[in-house]
Amino acid sequence: MASWKYGMAGIFETEESIIKAAYKTREMGFKNFEAISPYPIHGMEEACAIKRSWIPYVTFSAALVGLAGALALTYWTSAVDWAINVGGKPFFSLPAFIPIMFELTVLFAALTSVGAMLYACGIPRIDPPIIDKDLTCSKFAIFIPNDDSGYDESKISDMFRALGASEVKKAEF
Amino acid sequence: MIKRNQLVLGNKSLKQITEDIVAPLERLPSKGWLGMFLSAKALFLFYIITIAIVVSTGMGLLGVNHPVGWGTMIITFVFWIGIGHAGTLISAVLFLFRQKWRTSVARTAEAMTVFAVMTAGLFPLMHTGRPWLDFWLFPYPNQRGPLWVNFRSPLLWDVFAVSTYATVSMVFWYIGLVPDFATIRDRAKNNIRRIVYGALSLGWRGTAKNWSHYEMLYLLLAGLSTPLVLSVHTIVSFDFAVSNLPGWHTTIFPPYFVAGAIFSGFGMVVTLMTLVRIGFPEFKDYVTIDHMEVMNKIIMTTGLMVGYAYGSEFFIAWYSGNAYEKYAFINRAMGPYAWSYWIMISCNVIIPQLFWFKKFRRSIPVMFVVSIFVNIGMWFERFVITVTSLHRDFLPSNWGMYAWSRYDTAILVGSFGMFLTLFLLYLRLFPAISIAEVKPVKNVGYEGGHH
Repeated sequence: MASWKYGMAGIFETEESIIKAAYKTREMGFKNFEAISPYPIHGMEEACAIKRSWIPYVTFSAALVGLAGALALTYWTSAVDWAINVGGKPFFSLPAFIPIMFELTVLFAALTSVGAMLYACGIPRIDPPIIDKDLTCSKFAIFIPNDDSGYDESKISDMFRALGASEVKKAEF
Repeated sequence: MIKRNQLVLGNKSLKQITEDIVAPLERLPSKGWLGMFLSAKALFLFYIITIAIVVSTGMGLLGVNHPVGWGTMIITFVFWIGIGHAGTLISAVLFLFRQKWRTSVARTAEAMTVFAVMTAGLFPLMHTGRPWLDFWLFPYPNQRGPLWVNFRSPLLWDVFAVSTYATVSMVFWYIGLVPDFATIRDRAKNNIRRIVYGALSLGWRGTAKNWSHYEMLYLLLAGLSTPLVLSVHTIVSFDFAVSNLPGWHTTIFPPYFVAGAIFSGFGMVVTLMTLVRIGFPEFKDYVTIDHMEVMNKIIMTTGLMVGYAYGSEFFIAWYSGNAYEKYAFINRAMGPYAWSYWIMISCNVIIPQLFWFKKFRRSIPVMFVVSIFVNIGMWFERFVITVTSLHRDFLPSNWGMYAWSRYDTAILVGSFGMFLTLFLLYLRLFPAISIAEVKPVKNVGYEGGHH
């Protein structure tokens, strides 16, 4: 079971204020903070300096595995293991194998990407602590863990208030 | 600059959006829903009994026999698979084209895809006649050699295409639902609800890093689903086109089938959406008349595309100079099955022309009736393709008619029971509009709205 982090959370009411808060938090030198929102916010990645997701590399590799696997499967079963003459076609009839290769490419790529996303987000996770029930509905939050550099509860609290947080609290996340 | 129409009416707050969409899950079912559910459920039970009789007695209960060896099972399979295509088109293709209006209808259209594919998938499995041996369709090491499947057969391509399509569309749908399940979990008033939706949400928390990966995955799945959906109906059309039968052996089949699939699928989306709007009035602010109008335009466009395909088939039958091909088409339009051909033409080509008029495109009763005709017409298209081509091929000694039986009717009608039961359950258990996707577009069309 993953251990949760403790720290300070500021709750914000609008999209604009959370983006401003994320910029400010990063400027203050915090690195491991989380910005929580009920939906993906345009511009949040820049505000939090989040690097482009690495999932496409996984997708591409899995697609190649699927393609090669399908080619190997069709070739080995049709031309090697038990070659059967079907309508005089060549044992290795590549054009007829293309649909299978395409489908398995897509299947491998899609399922592996989903697995990669689950891994990247650390889910499934049983009963994670929730800072505020409205964070999946209408509110936004910044969470700064207590192991981040320059963690100081009163300083963070002042910063959140100055940024217009509607609530500042100690939280588990 | 042209002003955009509002995608979400009523200038709603984030909280209102959540409450509106979650409302059907959090109240007791209405009498209307209950009535529809019980009817659908009864039909579903009837379907299960029909399947049990057909499987235990044999495929001979249906009208399939020489020379028409493919009947209701295959026709209805292609029909339901086609229905599914509109869902993927809305959720994946329109996503890649950045069509923001898709957000309100994508969830329900995808649900329709998943249920339609589930309904469709049963038919070829039953059509084998010995469904308990259907695992033979997959290449697994076995004790018969091992004897492998024939990878050169379009029927096997279809096994791979349909099972990949079913898997990927279910996963795509589920990934879209994860953040919304988290929303429901956090609103839950009782523990069972919190635990069930909490498990479904996989413990989603919505941090910026999570959203970044999530959006990338969504884009990738959309990118993968787009060629996938085109491949599925292409491969379904190969089931016919790769054979040598006049009327089936044509190169136009893949694009013709894909256009027809999108056409029929949008017909079903409009049928269901008009009903959803009546059943859940709060959704009218999200699925607006503008949304319905756009879908009606797609119905008309794809209707013209299938109309073009019907014409092109006839032209090629004449231009090819092939006597058998020519006869197959003259027989379609003037032979013993001419009635089915003309039902198809009227429902698919003539009736959707109503949508040239804005007044009809924006009228709920008109679009409901037209969409029903499109559904009927597209079932008949598959009937025409399958039955009229088979019933008279090269040798007149090989001619016959399809002996439609009451089991054919029962299987066809019953499949709607399965589909509607699943769909009605979905409407009450899952958020029928994507909460996390609608929120970012709520300002579109408002003063000062960005994006």
